[in-house]
Amino acid sequence: MAKITASVYTSHVPAIGAAIDLGKTTEAYWQPLFKGYEFSKQWMKDNKPDVIFLVYNDHATAFSLDMIPTFAIGTAASYQPADEGWGPRPVPVVQGHPELAAHIAQSVIQQDFDLTIVNKMDVDHGLTVPLSLMCGQPPAEDFHWPCPVIPFAVNVVQYPVPSGQRCFNLGKAIRTAVESYDENLNVQIWGTGGMSHQLQGPRAGLINREFDNAFLDKLIADPAAAAAIPHIDYVREAGSEGIELVMWLIARGAMNDVTGGKPPKTVHRFYHVPASNTAVGHLILENS
Amino acid sequence: MSLDKPYLDVPGTTIFDAEQSRKGYHLNQFCMSLMKAANRERFKADERAYLDEWAMTEEQKQAVLARDLNRCIAAGGNIYFLAKIGATDGKSFQQMAGSMTGMTEDEYRNMMIAGGRSADGNRVVGEDGDAQANRQPQGSAHRAPASKTGN
Repeated sequence: MAKITASVYTSHVPAIGAAIDLGKTTEAYWQPLFKGYEFSKQWMKDNKPDVIFLVYNDHATAFSLDMIPTFAIGTAASYQPADEGWGPRPVPVVQGHPELAAHIAQSVIQQDFDLTIVNKMDVDHGLTVPLSLMCGQPPAEDFHWPCPVIPFAVNVVQYPVPSGQRCFNLGKAIRTAVESYDENLNVQIWGTGGMSHQLQGPRAGLINREFDNAFLDKLIADPAAAAAIPHIDYVREAGSEGIELVMWLIARGAMNDVTGGKPPKTVHRFYHVPASNTAVGHLILENS
Repeated sequence: MSLDKPYLDVPGTTIFDAEQSRKGYHLNQFCMSLMKAANRERFKADERAYLDEWAMTEEQKQAVLARDLNRCIAAGGNIYFLAKIGATDGKSFQQMAGSMTGMTEDEYRNMMIAGGRSADGNRVVGEDGDAQANRQPQGSAHRAPASKTGN
């Protein structure tokens, strides 16, 4: 059967993508950030999954205000990197895994989560920046990502967004779905976005190291407590866009210990301020 | 019946909820249209004429023409949509975010390098932090037009 072997958590700041695409990763401003992902790139080579289930949010790219799905799963064969107004990022087309995605959609909807099924969409920096951070820039002669990706988009743009608790429960349902798939597949689940940041109004630029690090501690050791954090705490403590952290709870909810298994092993933890307007957090947890 | 909106007393912050989204629908869809290169060209050629193709309020149009993102947000705009205007103008997310604080680009960038804005005093309206209404605008950007040497 298919198994979730590890979860990865990372911010997905667009400026990080621009720094990679424009060759600025060794500049003094960016160097400390990319150093924090050196371990991760090696870990990805050593632990190459068959499929990545990638939880992210669309930033007014594939979804306008015409339709606003709370949870959307991509069941397409492939996804083009989007033109977000600066031109598309020069990264490979994202290959999907329609069979596993359709299986997960069927199972998760039967577990009472109303997913929107998406057969055609472009993917923005929310999805491609985490791939770039974890996989590096693929060489021109071998221009593809290391494995298929199932995009899972969460509405965190228009309130009310789903609660942390609901996201955590959804993670459990996704794990049940993956484990009921017959083929032996090594699946990683990634939760992206955050950490503290606010991009609007006179309060723009808010960063909260204490909140962020307490969140990382809680996510590792007491995820149920992290899931209980109400929206308003994210807004007050981590800024209006810090609410993206609820997406990390989907990935965390899919780990074995949540339903009685052993606690995951923390193989990497990194935190850095700033990347543009944002605090960057990153974790890799392996199921034991 | 009243709705549960505990976020209305966060200083310097407008939460883009269903009500704001309803108000800002046409404004945000105008922004979305700028993801197409041909539309960006038409907008740049005659901004007012392009805006008049949209069922936006006059206040929304004026806020866009003035590139006043705080006004755009008050009129129902959302930053991820408004970012398409910034992209059309060749601005980064940091320049856009900073423009809402009253700081110059350097002042805002330096604040971020120094660790960002503190949450202390900025959690609830009526505290004494730098995002509170009585402390706006921050920085010296608002003085720049009057005194070129102050830039």
